Amino acid sequence: MNKETIIKISDLAKIDIKDDQIDDILTSLEKILNLVDEMNSVNTDNVTPMSHPLNLKQELRKDIVGASDERELFQKNNKHTDNGYYIVPKIID
Amino acid sequence: MWESVIGLEIHVQLNTKSKIFSPASTNFGAPQNTQACAIDLGMPGVLPVLNEEAVIMAIKFGIAVGSEILDNSIFARKNYFYPDLPKGYQISQYEIPIVSGGAMEIIINGKSKIINLTRAHLEEDAGKSIHDLYPNESAIDLNRAGTPLIEIVSEPEMENAEEAVQYLKNIHSLVRYLGISDGNMQEGSFRCDANISLKKKGSTTLGTRAEIKNINSFKYVESAINHEIERQAAILDRGDSVVQETRLYDPSKDETRSMRSKLEANDYRYFPDPDLLPVSISQELIEEIKSNMPELPSAKKTRFINQYGLSEYDTIILVSDRELSEYFENTLKDSDLNPKMTANWIITEVLALAKKTYLSVKDYPVSSEDLKYLLSNVTNETISSKQAKDVFERMWDNKENPRDIIENEGMKQISNVDELNKIVDNIIKNNYKSVEEYQSGKDKLLGFFVGQVMKETQGQGNPKIINQLLKEKLKK
Amino acid sequence: MHNKTVSELKKYLEEKKISSVELTKHFVDRIKAIDPHLNSFISLTEEYAITQAKKIDLEISKGKIRPLAGIPLAQKDIFCTKGLKTTCGSKMLENFISPYNATVVEKLNDAGMVIIGKTNMDEFAMGSSNETSYFGDVKNPWDIEYVPGGSSGGSAASVAARLIPCSTGTDTGGSIRQPASLTGVCGIKPTYGRVSRYGMIAFASSLDQAGIFTRTAEDCAILLTHISGYDPKDSTSSRKDVPDYEKECKQKFTSMTIGIPIEFLDGLDNTVKEVFEESIKVLEKNGCKFKKISLKSSKLGVSAYQVVAPAECSSNLSRFDGVRFGHRADNTKNIDDLYKKSRSEGFGQEVKRRILIGTYALSAGYYDAYYLKAQKIRKVISNEFAEAFKEVDLILGPTAPDCAFKIGEKSNDPIAMYLSDVFTVSTNLAGLPAMSLPMGFKNHLPLGLQIIGNHFDEAKILSLAHHYQKITDWHTKKPKLSGD
Repeated sequence: MNKETIIKISDLAKIDIKDDQIDDILTSLEKILNLVDEMNSVNTDNVTPMSHPLNLKQELRKDIVGASDERELFQKNNKHTDNGYYIVPKIID
Repeated sequence: MWESVIGLEIHVQLNTKSKIFSPASTNFGAPQNTQACAIDLGMPGVLPVLNEEAVIMAIKFGIAVGSEILDNSIFARKNYFYPDLPKGYQISQYEIPIVSGGAMEIIINGKSKIINLTRAHLEEDAGKSIHDLYPNESAIDLNRAGTPLIEIVSEPEMENAEEAVQYLKNIHSLVRYLGISDGNMQEGSFRCDANISLKKKGSTTLGTRAEIKNINSFKYVESAINHEIERQAAILDRGDSVVQETRLYDPSKDETRSMRSKLEANDYRYFPDPDLLPVSISQELIEEIKSNMPELPSAKKTRFINQYGLSEYDTIILVSDRELSEYFENTLKDSDLNPKMTANWIITEVLALAKKTYLSVKDYPVSSEDLKYLLSNVTNETISSKQAKDVFERMWDNKENPRDIIENEGMKQISNVDELNKIVDNIIKNNYKSVEEYQSGKDKLLGFFVGQVMKETQGQGNPKIINQLLKEKLKK
Repeated sequence: MHNKTVSELKKYLEEKKISSVELTKHFVDRIKAIDPHLNSFISLTEEYAITQAKKIDLEISKGKIRPLAGIPLAQKDIFCTKGLKTTCGSKMLENFISPYNATVVEKLNDAGMVIIGKTNMDEFAMGSSNETSYFGDVKNPWDIEYVPGGSSGGSAASVAARLIPCSTGTDTGGSIRQPASLTGVCGIKPTYGRVSRYGMIAFASSLDQAGIFTRTAEDCAILLTHISGYDPKDSTSSRKDVPDYEKECKQKFTSMTIGIPIEFLDGLDNTVKEVFEESIKVLEKNGCKFKKISLKSSKLGVSAYQVVAPAECSSNLSRFDGVRFGHRADNTKNIDDLYKKSRSEGFGQEVKRRILIGTYALSAGYYDAYYLKAQKIRKVISNEFAEAFKEVDLILGPTAPDCAFKIGEKSNDPIAMYLSDVFTVSTNLAGLPAMSLPMGFKNHLPLGLQIIGNHFDEAKILSLAHHYQKITDWHTKKPKLSGD
């Protein structure tokens, strides 16, 4: 974990980190990672990772249309819309 | 000196009624953002629930390509930021897809080649970004966000554009056959990305590959792949290296260019989506779906050749489109039409007119019933083949009823032998020079005589009888 | 009125001794007078509440009495409430008016409850002291220089201060139980999947659960029945039947075997240990058998939690990008700028820190060492609990390692903050139900007793809690409040 890593992950996460904040963030992140490293005190070679606490399976929904047009409601408090579109600065591909 | 290695990733939109994780409609063409519910918009606190039909369609595909249907497949989040991706992640499948393996046969110059599939998985489609509506802004429409897709990944086993196009066409035909997608490339329900790399002839080391996106027609697939192969060959010939990147195909310029937004490799940070659980698929379900599968293209092809005695060439055309094959069989049903003749008619007459007007089978103005009626009248010699062609054109262009035309316009063939004899005698009498030439060996002149008799009968003479009579009477 | 339990208020309303409107006004006035000192509410929904209360009174007059008709309720501001502001304690959602109700909200509305306000909380539920809210710190009613705990600080403080008879909360690593412990109230976190998460703004999806704050176990049981149950809109909710928890917990108490994890007593503060051992003695005299058990890996829960929770939240919070709703920065040059500025302006320090850790833990090359490893530790912890529950009915321990700390004392030391969850996080990782109830004091600050049960054993937990509250009176103690 170093300055470059912080810059890279903050770009991935789309969060601005000002130069004068980087050191602070680095310090606290390092402390957290030290805490996290304590996990390595246990051997987990033969353990299956657990994604969900209960052994449930995915329920399947019947293919029926059940939603109506609520565009007005959803866009009510958003002034960055026009003619029903969401508007963002121009993207050049 | 260079061999191409091509793999295709095909995104197929499944034609479920509602989205893969939300109950919003998937209808094409609705006004912007009127089919995007809270779940599709990625609003706070909402959760995805899996559409059963999407799972069934994926299983159908898996069965059709002979793959393994994996139990307990997992949905994973693919994290990246883009305005048409409302949650900031796409729900896809990563480590355990629903379909694994499988294969698709292609026929190149009569030779069969098997292209293996790596996998096929379920995922949600993103919305649409429109960049040309406003001068300084982009417009986002999320109607499409959440539409179910299967992404079909082939092994990199294609060696040229022709193989790639064949593979693509066969997958396209298959998904339409299965009824899981309308496969409309123009509307975006069937999208293809190509991964292309070159390696030294005979080498087993793969080269660096480039991914080409935004190919939305079979024609462009061919151009894009060929163009990319040339581009990479030129780079390698110079001694330079190919950059691993994503490129966009620009059909107006027939070239590929680097995608600016994907210049840096994105770290998608895949992890299992904690809002969704493993998808349990029982053997019973698979068996049930298997027993309800429609006849697949390869099976239909074999059957057509055996049952109807059609040529491979004709069969491939008829079978390429499920609806066309059904049109053919519906025309034959409960009739005594000759299959070869019917096939020939459909391939030459029907498809010619359909191509002119870009119609798909479901929009044909002539139903299989009407075509059956028309062709039956040819078989029982009520009208001639030539007459039928004229009637057919009127049926197609003006939606005229063939029964009206044939009955009311007295189009019935003249098959009365006495009547025809009189005309034949007349023609022979007035063309004695040609008769001499015919009798001295110029067999081809028979056609001239037939033509003359036909002219006299305004095209309604029964050509078979005319031929017979002439042959007899012209004998020395 | 504000000293009455939900159970008592139910009777009062049914017997028409008080109207819903009167009861609502009583609590609204009380909140207006006292909450400026505590800051436990982000918004007071007075107009909405009066409208609901009038409807309820009309229904009662016609003889239609819903199960919780007219009972005032505060909703943690993490639950989407249709037509009302839902801020999640963040500038990002400062003006977000939810277009839909969370399922928990819908269920309690259907039961006839009246929402009086949305409570303050740590931003996006990330915190253990309610010091990260954009809307200011919440104060502990027992001493306003101290934290109430977090992230459901507002929900806990408002119940402790008798500003509301009950409130909802959420618990991802202890966010209901720890504040319940620090403010001397009851707080239950159900089994993962017991209660729907639909409409509950997600922090860590595989750990989050909705729960209840009340002053008595009986009240907890009453409300728990109403919020529980399968929701087709939440794929992770369970189809298991919902018992009548109130009935279950009031049944004659039969003896139980209770496990005490030796790791929980290791290095424990002396006062906390004494108070805890006193509770054990009381229960032993009243039909409980105790057994020492070992949960070897429970302390690793904090490490695993500090990977799993940030990883999931880093992804869950990506939707807050300023495009469709929420805070949007002005004058942005391009889309990248729009994202970065909106998110950096909208999120506070702790949220940013967790997003960065989470992004790092999931990134290429680190996934195995961090996220995957943490999910394995999770399995180890779960297995240890499963083994323990083969020998005991319930597990007991202190909820938190200490009483409340002073505001500002730990806010610059995230590790110290995280360690205050050491007794609670492992139950979230294992998806187990757990409850905190008052067991005594250290100086003038409350201490909480944690009861942990096996999956879907909420009835057992509530039964023990109710039994404990029949033979002790810690839950009846009241803080002295200014403005009271």
